[in-house]
Amino acid sequence: MLEIKNLHARIADDGAEILRGIDLTVKPGEVHAIMGPNGSGKSTLSYILAGKEDYEVTEGDILFNGESILEMAPEERASAGVFLAFQYPIEIPGVATMTFLKTAMNAQRKARGEEELSTPEFMRRVKDKAGELQVTMDMLKRPLNVGFSGGEKKRAEILQMALLEPSLCVLDETDSGLDIDALRVVADGVNKLRSPERSSIVITHYQRLLDHIVPDVVHVLSKGRIVKTGGKELALELEKNGYAEFVGAAA
Amino acid sequence: MNMEPRGMETHAETEIAELFDKLHQDLPGATDVSRSREAAFAAFRQNGLPHRRVEDWKYSDLRNRLKSVPGFAARRDDTAAAAILAAAGDVYGAVDRYRLVIVDGQFHAGLSDLTALAAEGAVVRPLAEALADEGAELFEVPEIAADNAAVGLNAIFCADGLVLTIADKARLSKPVEIVHALSGDAPVSTAERVVVKAGAGSEVTLLETFVGGTEGSFANSVSDFRVASGAKLVAARLQTEAAGTTHVGTALVTQAEDSAVKLIGAGIGAGFARHQSFVRFAGENARADLLGITMVRGGQHVDQTLVVDHAVPHCDSRELFKTVVDDDAKGVFQGKIIVRPHAQKTDGQMMTQSLLLSEHADMALKPELEIFADDVQCAHGATSGQIDEDLLFYLRARGIPEAEARTLLVLAFLSEAVEEIGDEVVVEAFEERIRSWLSAKE
Repeated sequence: MLEIKNLHARIADDGAEILRGIDLTVKPGEVHAIMGPNGSGKSTLSYILAGKEDYEVTEGDILFNGESILEMAPEERASAGVFLAFQYPIEIPGVATMTFLKTAMNAQRKARGEEELSTPEFMRRVKDKAGELQVTMDMLKRPLNVGFSGGEKKRAEILQMALLEPSLCVLDETDSGLDIDALRVVADGVNKLRSPERSSIVITHYQRLLDHIVPDVVHVLSKGRIVKTGGKELALELEKNGYAEFVGAAA
Repeated sequence: MNMEPRGMETHAETEIAELFDKLHQDLPGATDVSRSREAAFAAFRQNGLPHRRVEDWKYSDLRNRLKSVPGFAARRDDTAAAAILAAAGDVYGAVDRYRLVIVDGQFHAGLSDLTALAAEGAVVRPLAEALADEGAELFEVPEIAADNAAVGLNAIFCADGLVLTIADKARLSKPVEIVHALSGDAPVSTAERVVVKAGAGSEVTLLETFVGGTEGSFANSVSDFRVASGAKLVAARLQTEAAGTTHVGTALVTQAEDSAVKLIGAGIGAGFARHQSFVRFAGENARADLLGITMVRGGQHVDQTLVVDHAVPHCDSRELFKTVVDDDAKGVFQGKIIVRPHAQKTDGQMMTQSLLLSEHADMALKPELEIFADDVQCAHGATSGQIDEDLLFYLRARGIPEAEARTLLVLAFLSEAVEEIGDEVVVEAFEERIRSWLSAKE
């Protein structure tokens, strides 16, 4: 599904190196958690997977279903099945949420050579998924993410994910800013999408989210490198002892 | 006006003087109208065409733009006028409305819906005819526009147009479209004037469209809205003239007490366009909403200039102007709110925002407040920015191709002004123009 090989990357503007040789393989159906302290490169990794142009890959490669995606535009990656749930979903005043959803779904379908969705079919899908994620019609009538609470924004991200049906879900600190009830709704939404063909990378600071979205593999990222890999029990260990031991090891 | 000696007369200025010599004997109107024209011509001889050293025209140098002034078209028969009208395109397509047709500056009663309008209490007269018996009163303008060079130039040559008189309390069941069509075959100059007298308590929606034209056309129209007490007037002005056209369009608004005016302007066409609005509150508790949408690209230059004169207390004015500038184009916004010494409880709010889509796009913003009363609320804001890269990335990360994502964001930028329009017919027509502008980008 996804193979990241010796990935080095820096910020395009100032040349600051953020990722210093990441190796990561995610097989179909697996959920990988990436944990690590602030500044370790977690969000950068998620942006690079989605194709943000603020970063420059200086070495290594990212293979998605066996093909390099480094030269692909963000929209091409999205249509190929990569989805990034943003840590801070962006408010876009003036773009109606429904217009946005329909435009995105049909753009991806068009890119894959599929028929565009009819309006009734689109509406049916939105209503089904929105209900499960407690996204109200009132929210859908507003401009994209405008006036949404933190929790509403995260639910709206997962709604987009459910509608776009990606094969690789990258969740960047989806738990930040969520209370325990909202966390459960979001986690349930993610768990519903688990399937043998769909993989996820869950980026988080805290063990808490991993109680709900149970990972197959846990990685610790520090200073742009993966310094430790283990099973789900590694997350518990980190929760108890903190990152100090691993951060030290990488220095 | 000032003692600064004028430079060399330009070719266009010489042509204007020659045109006046040739035409003035035959221009319509009684003696007082002739005197108005003579006075306007004397001012023109002294000042010439407005240029960048005249403060009001600092960013839009009409003298430099006008290399040559084509002649005024002879009046065409209705068949020829209908052909020009058809070639210029129908902006409102299937919308059920009354039409009043002006082609190359001449009003065509035979192509207009006069009988049906009269049945609703709205009487239309050709301006040429009205000038003969109503006289120079039709050329009177608010003080804030009295020295305006373009309005003066219109008075010199104005040969026709129309006077629309709406009876007190008349509520027109359909919008009235006033089409200003320019011939696309050969350049002409025009100087028509539309005078709308909205009676007390009347309600009307006017759709003014400015269409057609060709390389070298010079359109200089004045629309004068005189709004009586309690009347509600919406005037949506949509300018989509051909690329080589020079367009100067002036809206004059005088509002009596308790009246409400919404003046909506979209400037999309013409190579060089100046849209001017002058609003004067003459009675208390009146409200004016001014909305502007300007979209320019290529080498276009489009100017939105407005002056709102709070001459009396207790009036509200709202201005929201959005400008999108691409390529090497230039946008200009000049907005002035004047609050006279006794105009207490004035509430005036002006906002202008521009979105620059290219490195070389240029925008000049000049908001001004002149406040002489002490118990007022006035504010202005001006912003200029580019497409937000984070928003663009978010849309692209959801699979929306870059060009489509940019279009969505431009529409989002304009949406606030579009939503304020309110009238569905106008919203649809404007959105269609905006979308076709955006999709025309290679």
